Amino acid sequence: MHRRIMSALGAAAAVTLLAACSGPSNQDVAPTAPEHLEGTVSLWHFFSDREADVIQSVVDDFEAANPDVTVDVHSGQDDEKLQKAIAAGNNVDVGISYSTDIVGAFCSSGAFRDLGPYIERDGVDLGQFSDTVRSYTEYDGTRCALPVLADVYGLYLNDDLLDAAGYDHAPQTLEELEEMALAMTTYNADGSIDVLGFNPLMGYYENSAAHWAPAVGATWLNADGTSAVGSDAGWAELMEWQKAFVDEIGYDKLQAFTAGLGQEFSADNAFQAGKVAMNLDGEYRTAFIDDQAPDLHYSTAPLPPLASHADLYGGGYITGNIGGIAKNSQNPELAWALLRYLTTDTGAVVKLSNGLKNAPTTADALASPDLEVSDQFQTFLNLMADPHSQTTPASPVGAGYQQSFEGYWSKYQQGDGGDLAAGLAQVDKEIDDALALVTGP
Amino acid sequence: MTTVSAPSGRAASHAVRPGLRRSQRRRRLTAYGMLAPALLGLAVFFGYPLIASIVFSFTRYNLLDDPQWIGLRNYEYLFTQDPKVWVAAGNTLWFVAFLVPVRIVCALAVAGLLVRARQASGFWRTAFYLPALVPPVASVVAFVFLFNPGTGPVNAVIRFFGGQGPLWFNDPALSKPSLLLLGVWVLGDIMIIFLAALLDVPREQYEAAELDGANAPQRFRYVTFPNLVPVLVFALVTGVIAALQYFTEAAVASTVALGKASVGEGAGAVLGYPDDSLLTYTQWLYVRGFSNYQLGYASALAVLLFVVAALFLVLLLRRVDAFTPEEAQG
Repeated sequence: MHRRIMSALGAAAAVTLLAACSGPSNQDVAPTAPEHLEGTVSLWHFFSDREADVIQSVVDDFEAANPDVTVDVHSGQDDEKLQKAIAAGNNVDVGISYSTDIVGAFCSSGAFRDLGPYIERDGVDLGQFSDTVRSYTEYDGTRCALPVLADVYGLYLNDDLLDAAGYDHAPQTLEELEEMALAMTTYNADGSIDVLGFNPLMGYYENSAAHWAPAVGATWLNADGTSAVGSDAGWAELMEWQKAFVDEIGYDKLQAFTAGLGQEFSADNAFQAGKVAMNLDGEYRTAFIDDQAPDLHYSTAPLPPLASHADLYGGGYITGNIGGIAKNSQNPELAWALLRYLTTDTGAVVKLSNGLKNAPTTADALASPDLEVSDQFQTFLNLMADPHSQTTPASPVGAGYQQSFEGYWSKYQQGDGGDLAAGLAQVDKEIDDALALVTGP
Repeated sequence: MTTVSAPSGRAASHAVRPGLRRSQRRRRLTAYGMLAPALLGLAVFFGYPLIASIVFSFTRYNLLDDPQWIGLRNYEYLFTQDPKVWVAAGNTLWFVAFLVPVRIVCALAVAGLLVRARQASGFWRTAFYLPALVPPVASVVAFVFLFNPGTGPVNAVIRFFGGQGPLWFNDPALSKPSLLLLGVWVLGDIMIIFLAALLDVPREQYEAAELDGANAPQRFRYVTFPNLVPVLVFALVTGVIAALQYFTEAAVASTVALGKASVGEGAGAVLGYPDDSLLTYTQWLYVRGFSNYQLGYASALAVLLFVVAALFLVLLLRRVDAFTPEEAQG
């Protein structure tokens, strides 16, 4: 009897659990947009402090343009909190994420609503976004997000250190970058590194496989969704070059030097402190330098490709913040109006870009005379427009496929990776297995 | 001497007066009433999550979508395909095998010395306990900076004497031992329990042992140790559970040593640094659940952890008689 009661309780709990997880489905979209907006709409975003103020200023503009609308802003909500809030059925209308890696899961699950019907109804021109930006805001034919500015990655160069070494231009190939970096590297009396020309260690600051991929035009996934890491020869080329560069200086020496550097997002950042002459970083670094190291003489350039892929020069890695309408949205029309304003209104996008120092994503904003563009920042706008720029594909396992690969790359650069082809084949298997677990029967 | 013949069997139970039965029922209800808050807490915060985890472990679930029943697929992947689960389990077992006993032995040694301290004993007790009051995140950050290969004072001293300091938290071979040092530094929590237990050992037992000619090791073996067994078992059980759930210290060490922090999707790229040497089981569970959106699979990992922890504790407690209520009373 006791066992039967326990079994019944367990079954009831299971049914309750499963039932509790079912959220409301997307509501139908009205045939025409409302002529007058009124009510309260909630906005969840991850920005804090100064950056949250920038968002608030644009929200204020939206409220001023729509006097009967109140935006309930929830700042400092990272992706994990956003995910839990949506899953728990909290009142999230518009959510902004800092990672394009959530797009696969959020689009496929319906956590972010399909924006297609709204876009079609209101005639929003998606052509104002570049192909790359469009690709990282949709998954498997479902557009559930729009871009809220972009992060673009390129090379930062310390002009003083380059001058001292006799260089007056940015490297055009990775081989040239290596040659310049070795020439600019100086050592202490005990043999340890004093100033490093360029840090080739995978995992250091923004050195990640995704950010390096444009240097060889490497691809991540095949058309059928399986891993392309082992079959894309570019990856192996890139890894062999990087490993040779690491060996040239010495892995242990680089590790000891890297461990002594300041945290990436602190005033002690190695590039800002003059400890690394050339650094791979995002366009946002220009704002950090303005704030924390205003006397630094620096320039920016695309991260060069390998010599065998010289035609790719000018491209870089693009990712960005994305916004969507949560499935639990109580007022999806208001949410759509706010999201559309934040992502496509030229004035709003320019104001956000000037304030956050991220790259704008619409053609009109990029061409706007109000956009504040320094010489260094201009490089990233050029990268945005370059056809060789690329992003990482959306996946239902988030960034899991990248992590599998980088885990192996980390071993490889230490000399523990064994045969490269076999190692990459194993990475393919790991990625495919993980994807099958999520998408399989 | 008065002989009382007790009524036996059914006749006896029938002989209980209704008033007495009411009083017993009331007492029982009072007991249940007083237990209710604890039982409710247990049901809500242990029973429900446990059942939920077990149910979710048989589903494909990303927290955002409805769970989809997939039978044993998660467990099949766990045991045959997961590329890192055994690495993470191995790292966790390393902490169980080394961190727990080393902390217990060191805490016992320090407590033994403090019992004998004649002067400034209060100062020494405070000094050894204080590190345990430092928040774990702060103590890890301090330790990683202390052992920073490039700028840390430990390697600076080694260099001063002409040596080449190791990479400590940046070396896969030394990252776990480095955390072990941290664990020893913050041993105040169990040291204070051992100290109380040592002070509680009856002096007469030592005097009797001395009269019997027992030397110091024999006094420890036959007097101190038996008195400490319940406390040792407590330290072992709680230590093993904490080691099986080891997360914060390893995660912070990886983050600080790598020089960058991340949560959610980015966590998988940071946790475990260097070279997965600090990737513990619970971190891997977190990565799969919240970085890779595989809450169903993460639940399977959680269920396995629960089973392993429960089995370990059952075996441990069965072998240690001193922890049973009878022994404690006797």
